[in-house]
Amino acid sequence: MITILNWIAFVIALATSVGLLLQRDWRWGIGLLATQYLSIFWLVQTHWPVSMASVKLVTGWMACAVLGIAQLNTDPAQETEASWPQGRLFRLFTAGIIMATTFALSLRASSWLVLSLPIAWGSLLLVGMGLLQLGISAQPFRVILGLLTVLAGFEILYAAVESSILVAALLSAVNLGLALTGAYFLSMPQVEKP
Amino acid sequence: MSAPFLWIFLPLILAGLLMLIRNQKVIALIACSFTFFLTLAAWVLPIDTAMIFGNWSFKLTSSFEILGRRLVLGSADLSLLALIYGSVVVWFAVAPAVKAARRLISLGLAITASLVAALAVEPFLYAALLIEMAVLLSIPLLSAPGQKPGKGLIRFLIFQTLAMPFILFSGWLLAGIDANPNDLGLVQQAAILIGLGFAFLLAVFPFYSWIPLLTEESSPYTVGFILWIFPTVALFFGLGFLDHYTWLRDIPILGSVLTTVGVLMVVSGGLLAAFQRHLGRIMGYAIIMETGFSILTISLGGTVGLNVFLMLFVPRTLSLVVWSLALTIMKGYSPRLILKDIKGQVRIWPFATSGLVLANLALAGMPLLAGFPPHQAIWEGLASTSLSVVIWVLIGNLSLFFSAVRVMLASASAPEGAHWESRETGAQRILLAIGFLALLLLGLFPQWVLPLWTKLPVIFTHLGQ
Repeated sequence: MITILNWIAFVIALATSVGLLLQRDWRWGIGLLATQYLSIFWLVQTHWPVSMASVKLVTGWMACAVLGIAQLNTDPAQETEASWPQGRLFRLFTAGIIMATTFALSLRASSWLVLSLPIAWGSLLLVGMGLLQLGISAQPFRVILGLLTVLAGFEILYAAVESSILVAALLSAVNLGLALTGAYFLSMPQVEKP
Repeated sequence: MSAPFLWIFLPLILAGLLMLIRNQKVIALIACSFTFFLTLAAWVLPIDTAMIFGNWSFKLTSSFEILGRRLVLGSADLSLLALIYGSVVVWFAVAPAVKAARRLISLGLAITASLVAALAVEPFLYAALLIEMAVLLSIPLLSAPGQKPGKGLIRFLIFQTLAMPFILFSGWLLAGIDANPNDLGLVQQAAILIGLGFAFLLAVFPFYSWIPLLTEESSPYTVGFILWIFPTVALFFGLGFLDHYTWLRDIPILGSVLTTVGVLMVVSGGLLAAFQRHLGRIMGYAIIMETGFSILTISLGGTVGLNVFLMLFVPRTLSLVVWSLALTIMKGYSPRLILKDIKGQVRIWPFATSGLVLANLALAGMPLLAGFPPHQAIWEGLASTSLSVVIWVLIGNLSLFFSAVRVMLASASAPEGAHWESRETGAQRILLAIGFLALLLLGLFPQWVLPLWTKLPVIFTHLGQ
């Protein structure tokens, strides 16, 4: 039963990370990121107590809230993606490559770190998709989504090897800090020059 | 009271309070007095030893427990603290002269405290998280109000953030190596992860593209501060790794890898600086070269390498303060900061243009200036192992020297009969003049700063022996 739930969490992580790559509407982006944190919570709680794993969920949703509120106050004209390439087909194709690569890596990682396959693949997939997002976009909002996705993937893997409260607290602070940085970036063009 | 409370938490509290003050001079006065007090305290106060004043006794304990982990600042760390906070006094004291005090000081103090916490945290691998916090704090400092974040700022955030997972994960591997030191596969994996982590953190070749972009986009003074404090702390953090793990020091190819990386940074930084037209980018490439030189000193190994590494600290700090101050003054006149815009400006901005040239020459290792003694020691150390490496490094130095000549020629080519004047403010003139004098005196009498770094090798129990 647990294995099936782990696989469901993996599928959610896969769907949301691909969705984050393809979406052009920030509302979808925030929604997908919030859903992604549900899968992260599930994958982390296999190694951590539920109370500690829920920190990831709460922090993630707080980060989504911060980014959402910042986007609400942003000029819609700024939302257009200026970077190349914009094609959805291209993004889907590269997402497929990432999926295949991370699958190959996760087979080794799961035996090395003694993790179940959905956890190892889920974490590496999120890292890969986040890096892809960082590589193909220069828009601050998308960059922050990419960084949060990379960190989310790393946190799943790191939860298997480290359960320190200080690390959990600092990683939460970093996630929130990134969201606040994103909000700051989004608000910048509206700040009046002194 | 504990030492981490004094040197980490108090500055953080003050940084928060300073954000509430609007007057630049008041902010600078409070921050300079406070950081000067911290410098003095690091110089004179003993740790874990009771001091008795009449009926009153006072003891500064070395550790502070937080969420099951510890922040530790022992007696060995005091000289490093004095050096860091002493340099911060200089940066903060100059800030009001370029109207950067309000933004720089409060956030700069918080960044400094976070980075000191990174050096103090145990296990020290958690430092990566605290460095990331400092990176996030520096974003508002580097972004100009009312402007979209530039490519350099975004890349700075991405590359520094990517360093954190690598270093944290390598920490787990290192624990495994401690338990099983003969597992060569594990050693190899840990070395690769550490290498990648530090490559991102130190902006090592080829991950340094954000530095010249950032120096082009942001205020030169704030960017100068950030590009001084981050590499400095990251280098000390890296040395901590080398000092802590014997197997890492014993990797046979470590020396040659460090030499190659250092030479690549020095040569590429120098050559790219030589052909830049943007004055800020020249400073960016010079900073890349400085990181390269620090890596080269580590490759020298032993106490010699460590001493030369420490010798670079003061000249680099002084040169960067002078260079970024001069650039900020020139940016007020010519916001584009390109070479052709400063043609003949030596007659209008004599102090600022001289600052650009002198700081550049000092970092290029020009004789009689502060950068020469450590650079000469590096050349000497490298020459004992490989002459070809020295030739490459000299090419880098000469290229940076060439960029200084270009700036000098551009600023000096004034039309016939142009009058001399000085549009810098009185404070700017005095500060730049003090900077020139310091650069010159440290070049002539490098032994004057010996007391600053003679105690520093104690931090590194193995490398300092």
